[in-house]
Amino acid sequence: MSNPVIELRDVKKSFGPVEVLKGVNLKVYAGQVTALVGDNGAGKSTLIKGLSGVQPYDSGTVLFDGQEVDIHDPIQAAELGIEVVYQDLALCENLDIVQNMFLGREELLQKTLDEPSMELQATKALQSLSVRTVKSVRQKVSSLSGGQRQTVAIARSVLRNAKLVILDEPTAALGVAQTEQVLNLVQRLADSGVAVLIISHNLADVFKVCDDISVLYLGRMVTQIETTETTQNDVVGYITGTKSVED
Amino acid sequence: MTNQNSTGLNLAAQEIASGHEGGVVDQVKAYFARVKNGEMGALPATGALLVLTALFAYLSPYFLTKLNFANLFVQAAQLTTLAIALVFVLLLAEIDLSAGVAAGVAMDVFYLTTTFGVPWPIGLVSALLVGVVLGFVLGFFVAKIGVPSFVITLAFFLGLQGVALILLGDGGLFRVEVPEVRAIMNDNLPVWGGWLLLAIVVLVSAGMGFYDRYRRTASGLVNRPLSLLLIKLAFMTAVGGGVVYVLNLNRSASVKEISGVPIVIPIVLLIIFLGTFLLDRTKFGRHLYAVGGNPEAARRAGIKVVRIRITAFVITSSLAVVAGLFHVSRIGVVEAAAGRTIVLSGVAAAVVGGVSLFGGRGRLIHAALGAMVISIIDNGLGLLGLSAGISFVVTGTVLALAATVDAVSRRRSGGIRRS
Repeated sequence: MSNPVIELRDVKKSFGPVEVLKGVNLKVYAGQVTALVGDNGAGKSTLIKGLSGVQPYDSGTVLFDGQEVDIHDPIQAAELGIEVVYQDLALCENLDIVQNMFLGREELLQKTLDEPSMELQATKALQSLSVRTVKSVRQKVSSLSGGQRQTVAIARSVLRNAKLVILDEPTAALGVAQTEQVLNLVQRLADSGVAVLIISHNLADVFKVCDDISVLYLGRMVTQIETTETTQNDVVGYITGTKSVED
Repeated sequence: MTNQNSTGLNLAAQEIASGHEGGVVDQVKAYFARVKNGEMGALPATGALLVLTALFAYLSPYFLTKLNFANLFVQAAQLTTLAIALVFVLLLAEIDLSAGVAAGVAMDVFYLTTTFGVPWPIGLVSALLVGVVLGFVLGFFVAKIGVPSFVITLAFFLGLQGVALILLGDGGLFRVEVPEVRAIMNDNLPVWGGWLLLAIVVLVSAGMGFYDRYRRTASGLVNRPLSLLLIKLAFMTAVGGGVVYVLNLNRSASVKEISGVPIVIPIVLLIIFLGTFLLDRTKFGRHLYAVGGNPEAARRAGIKVVRIRITAFVITSSLAVVAGLFHVSRIGVVEAAAGRTIVLSGVAAAVVGGVSLFGGRGRLIHAALGAMVISIIDNGLGLLGLSAGISFVVTGTVLALAATVDAVSRRRSGGIRRS
């Protein structure tokens, strides 16, 4: 495997006396889907917030494409090519799909919105992910289902040429068919060469789509293991702390 | 593995529509499908306008006279401008109860400066500056400090009434002796001016329509059927032509001829045009809708939410001053009590027209239509010789109805999930 897109070495973060991340290592590769699992309070959110620049780490090394970087705010993370798709989606229901995909990064022509160009690019981004469920790019988001909204949110990261896409519980609120759609989408996203990091509580999903699994337990990375070399039972053991790599 | 960008990888070409496909029939069907989904737009207000016009024409012989027709437009101008002003804060799900009295205070400043010999344009600029400053302060309290807009603008509503009393002294009416200002509501364009106005409106609409089509074609995108644009333009020409024709007839009951389009009409049209351009075609407009729809999503997308909110309050207060200017132009005096009640009619007009109180939905033209509805109710009931009491009851009922439609259509379009 080539170099990882993002690598964390001995990353630490404390909130007052509480040490949330106690020296975490993580590698995420281009074209691969990496799962980040762990029980509530294991430090998943804190790890993600550090990567997205919302809450910088206290110490440790972050390598992006092999270069050491210091991510201290969200704009800088976006400039590097790190996109986070949040659980609650962060879409505006009163706007249509194109308007949402370009929100905050509208393209202008003579100081006015360049709608044709944005519409074209949004359509191409959706097509590149083989999205079939969206009828019109000018639909209001309020008329979309949960799965379609997730699709739009993921396609937005494609549009921005993201190198690393972090998905926070992408299937948590979805039904069976929609979960399937979103997982397929995640797979295609990775196939197009993007590094994908998924936070999930749903191990069935994780085993279906992820290439490798990282398990956080009380602020430490218990293991990062290829999916084919482990079982759901083992992973549950890692998550709950009843099993460690030395076993 | 290569990193493919958004334009690089096209698997088997998936057709994703843009809503521009199909003939006129398909477009009309799509429109009604949207209406069914709760995007009512201007439909209820347009319907109400037609029904009310028919009703009052049947009930009162004076309603459809040339004189009343012109009066209606002049009477509606102030409310229309105020309703348009309020749209900018309503889109953020905020409210500005102080807009009316703020305009009153600004016009007091106009009266005082011009009375002391300052040229009227400078007086007008000072009045507008009062609006800008008040709007900025309100926006600061709401966006930066987090005081609910209902409370802070209520505080200003009370406080500014006091300021008006202090500025003008107790009671009384003060004549504004500026002919240019009096002309806005009382003078008319020459006959050719009305036709020129119509020509400009139609040509600008056609120009923008064809430019948009050209841009879409150049990008290889589908256009709506050309006939749809032509029908729109033809409809616009016919209705506008009818209005200009009637307004150009002599409507005077005495020897002195009164005819022509009132000067206030092109001013209101210009405000609607510029405001709509700002909302529909600029980054600021897009961000305003985004903040109104989901402030958290807007913030995460890098939009400066505080700045957008403050700007919206500044626009509302400044446009409200223009509405106040129209009021002073019509009645010719300033008074300490000005603007106390009209602000609620302004909110009512916007909501009746289809601007959502929940934020993120509505257009300026909706507010203008709503203002016409409220004005027709006022005007018609007045002609029937009914008491002011009845007028308030009817207007209140219409507002309650409109707010109910707003809430129901919001639920139908799925917006209830995030409340």
